[in-house]
Amino acid sequence: MAKKKSAWLKASAVLTYLFLYLPLFIVVLYSFNDSKLNAEWVGFTLDWYTKLFHNQKMLTAAGHSLIIGVVASFFATVFGTLAGIALHKYKLRLLPFLVLTPIAIPELLMGVSLVIFFVIVNQLIGILELGLVTIILSHIAFCIGFVAIVVRARMQGMDESLVEAARDLGASPFQAFRLVTLPVIMPGIIAGALMAFTLSIDDFVITFFTAGAGASTLPLEIYSMIKIAVTPEVNAVSSLLMLLTLALIVIASKVSPSALRGGN
Amino acid sequence: MLRNRLGKWLLSWPPLVYLTLFFLIPTTIMFVAAFRNPGDYGGLAPMYNIEDGKLVWDLTLDNFSRLVEEPLYFELFLKSIGYAGLTTLLCVLLAYPLAWLIATTHKKWRDLLLLMVILPFWSNFLIRIYAWMIILGPQSAFTKAVNWVVTGLGFEPIQLLFTPIAVMIGMVYVHLPFMVLPLYANLEKHDMALLDAAQDLGASAWQRFWKITWPLSLPGVFAGSALVFIPALGMFAIPDILGGTDSILIGNLIKQQILDTRDWPFGSVLSIVLTGGVLLIAGLGALVARKGAKRG
Repeated sequence: MAKKKSAWLKASAVLTYLFLYLPLFIVVLYSFNDSKLNAEWVGFTLDWYTKLFHNQKMLTAAGHSLIIGVVASFFATVFGTLAGIALHKYKLRLLPFLVLTPIAIPELLMGVSLVIFFVIVNQLIGILELGLVTIILSHIAFCIGFVAIVVRARMQGMDESLVEAARDLGASPFQAFRLVTLPVIMPGIIAGALMAFTLSIDDFVITFFTAGAGASTLPLEIYSMIKIAVTPEVNAVSSLLMLLTLALIVIASKVSPSALRGGN
Repeated sequence: MLRNRLGKWLLSWPPLVYLTLFFLIPTTIMFVAAFRNPGDYGGLAPMYNIEDGKLVWDLTLDNFSRLVEEPLYFELFLKSIGYAGLTTLLCVLLAYPLAWLIATTHKKWRDLLLLMVILPFWSNFLIRIYAWMIILGPQSAFTKAVNWVVTGLGFEPIQLLFTPIAVMIGMVYVHLPFMVLPLYANLEKHDMALLDAAQDLGASAWQRFWKITWPLSLPGVFAGSALVFIPALGMFAIPDILGGTDSILIGNLIKQQILDTRDWPFGSVLSIVLTGGVLLIAGLGALVARKGAKRG
């Protein structure tokens, strides 16, 4: 299909890619800049990274983000996998609605309803004070849908006759699931888990609402740095976060090459 | 049969229960909160009182009338719709040529080009906004270049950061991949023979685009528009970071009502109206998509 393409089409595509990448490139570049201002290049330094690793608040926040990401993505993967399989196998009414709506509505709405819910529950029975636990519970809720979609896509691509063959050969439904279905959809589950982890690590809006004063995460810390005083330390932490995400994508593409394409 | 039902139960109940607890019930509470009175110290007043051993409900429509009576809120909604609409339009304009180029590129390169669109989207949302704080800041090379042109044309130098311009740039930047992907998915399926036939019959490049490619791509345009418009409508972080006091949107007001003033009933009313707007757009999108599918 490749035919001669007009020059302006190519030029506009190049410009759009520049528009997409130049900002991120500048962030990384200035993280090595020996100046407090993100204005012009002065000289190379690693000071901002050193500063970052001595910033106790930032380290605590990073630790929180990691814990939240691991725990939330684990449970979101379990629930999301079950939901993904159920959505594929059965005609259900309520579950698709509950799984897909959190993805479709603006995050803000979920943040609002969850903070009201947590505070009311806390007032009534004294549990679920805003903090790490409420962040984790919220992250699980919004990640389930993403995992479910990826797993369902994988189920749709699966050859059903494999399960039938296992059943004919005497496997119990559970054995057929564990020994046939699960290995086949495993790349989807792993891709979903990585996706949930990235979404959780990256989430700002829902975390912003459900964190309360009790806990800070990396995005919340970045937010307050941006709002109060912008220093290239933000660039340094941003660059590291980008590196982490990039690493996750590389892993995802190694584990499940189709996941990246199916995951949108 | 029994086993089958057991499997269905085991698979669907855990996520169903979880999402009922942490999505359905909170959302319901938010809807009910819109009809309640604000508490004395923020939050919510009790939903009912016991007077003389009788249960008296304390519900009100005041929060809704406040919304209707104050034109400021209506204007803010219109403004938010305007911002989201302009974001969508700019995304279509930017994404279309790119999606078309990717869709018509040799298969070998398509995945790579597509991945390059998605890749920046995987970096943290705040980082992507922060990047524009640097670029649009008063001392940046970009702002200086813009002002060199502006003053060269005989105008006063302008500020970019903390203005509606900065908000628009941030909105388009963050949402662009959501437009490129569905557009690409649609354009990729087009039958190029149609264009060749049109050319043979003497159609100009513009006619080929306007009479063939554009109408066929409408489902992709609508899908992308829904994916951009809906999150843009509820956006609060971008105006909060890149905008000034004059570029506040409905999302900022909701955040302020819920977290700062802690007027939850009114915050809930605003959230409900926003939900209504989103459902309307999603419903329209689904309707158009179904029409498009029938025609195709």
